[in-house]
Amino acid sequence: MKKGRITVAALVIAALLIALIPLFALRGAEFGGSDDAGSVMVEEITGGYEPWFTPVLETILHGELPGEVESLFFCIQTGIGVGIIAFVMGRFVERKKWMPKE
Amino acid sequence: MSKKHMKLTAALAGFSLAFCVSTTVSAMHIMEGYLPPQYCIAWGVLCLPFLVTGFLSIRKKLEENRRNITLLAMAGAFIFVISSLKIPSVTGSCSHMTGTGLGAILFGPSAVSILGIIVLIFQAILLAHGGLTTLGANTFSMAIAGPLLSYGVYRLCKKLSVNRWVSVFLAAFIGDLFTYCVTSVQLALAYPSEAGGVWASVGKFLGVFAPTQLPLAVLEGILTVLIMMALEAYAKPELKMIGFHREVK
Repeated sequence: MKKGRITVAALVIAALLIALIPLFALRGAEFGGSDDAGSVMVEEITGGYEPWFTPVLETILHGELPGEVESLFFCIQTGIGVGIIAFVMGRFVERKKWMPKE
Repeated sequence: MSKKHMKLTAALAGFSLAFCVSTTVSAMHIMEGYLPPQYCIAWGVLCLPFLVTGFLSIRKKLEENRRNITLLAMAGAFIFVISSLKIPSVTGSCSHMTGTGLGAILFGPSAVSILGIIVLIFQAILLAHGGLTTLGANTFSMAIAGPLLSYGVYRLCKKLSVNRWVSVFLAAFIGDLFTYCVTSVQLALAYPSEAGGVWASVGKFLGVFAPTQLPLAVLEGILTVLIMMALEAYAKPELKMIGFHREVK
């Protein structure tokens, strides 16, 4: 069990490092989305491309979704996911205490 | 394929055609309106057989045992969380992971197509991320091609009796990268370069996506291993129920 804990801790640290190192290593970088970068490449290849369809939400709002609201929606998405995982895992963990030892 | 299945597939094809004509396809994550209509339709239609198989396989799993829904929900929630996290990468731009590896390992690739498309629709409608018109192409890359390879890699590793955690890592890692390779090819097919044609374009798009995605694919591998460890420690009965018992000792 102890060995398992060390592995888990090491993996968590590795994950955090991968996610955070670029932020500090590349100070001043823009960190835009790579999806946008893809769109820029489309424009480069075709020499100016007009998307033939705008997102439904933008049509309704007559403009882009405000950045803050977009992050709200992203948070909702994360929240839904984390909620389900935490709920189910919580039940599993509690249940194990009550299960007969193998 | 039985007659009922054929009819279902045909109906779905018609529906998706209508859907694609009126809107556009969004990929993981080709932006809304960035793929010509005929490609949107083609990718959408290509997804249908997978989605139908996925639907049937999920229904079968649930008919076998209602309680399988817990793990299914976990796999879906994992995709929800993972694909909502935008992580800064070494290239100075952000991208996010797919999270489809876990579902592919647990339930097989077809079931993931359904889980994946739910997330994609959520993002396309609320976040203008990907898009409805590019939904077919995005579903194909993120919810079908990636998981399919993940599943293949996992099976292969098992055959070669590679360490199980290494197999899980590799499956998620390669599946994530492959998703973006497919996206590159999808974009390149629609936008071949003047010099060099489709393959030159594939190179260009890969040049945009691959370096950004590489560290994130490693991250996805690690996270998938972590959640699998948690599941094996606490959810053995459920893993056995979905037919995963051979791997769990």
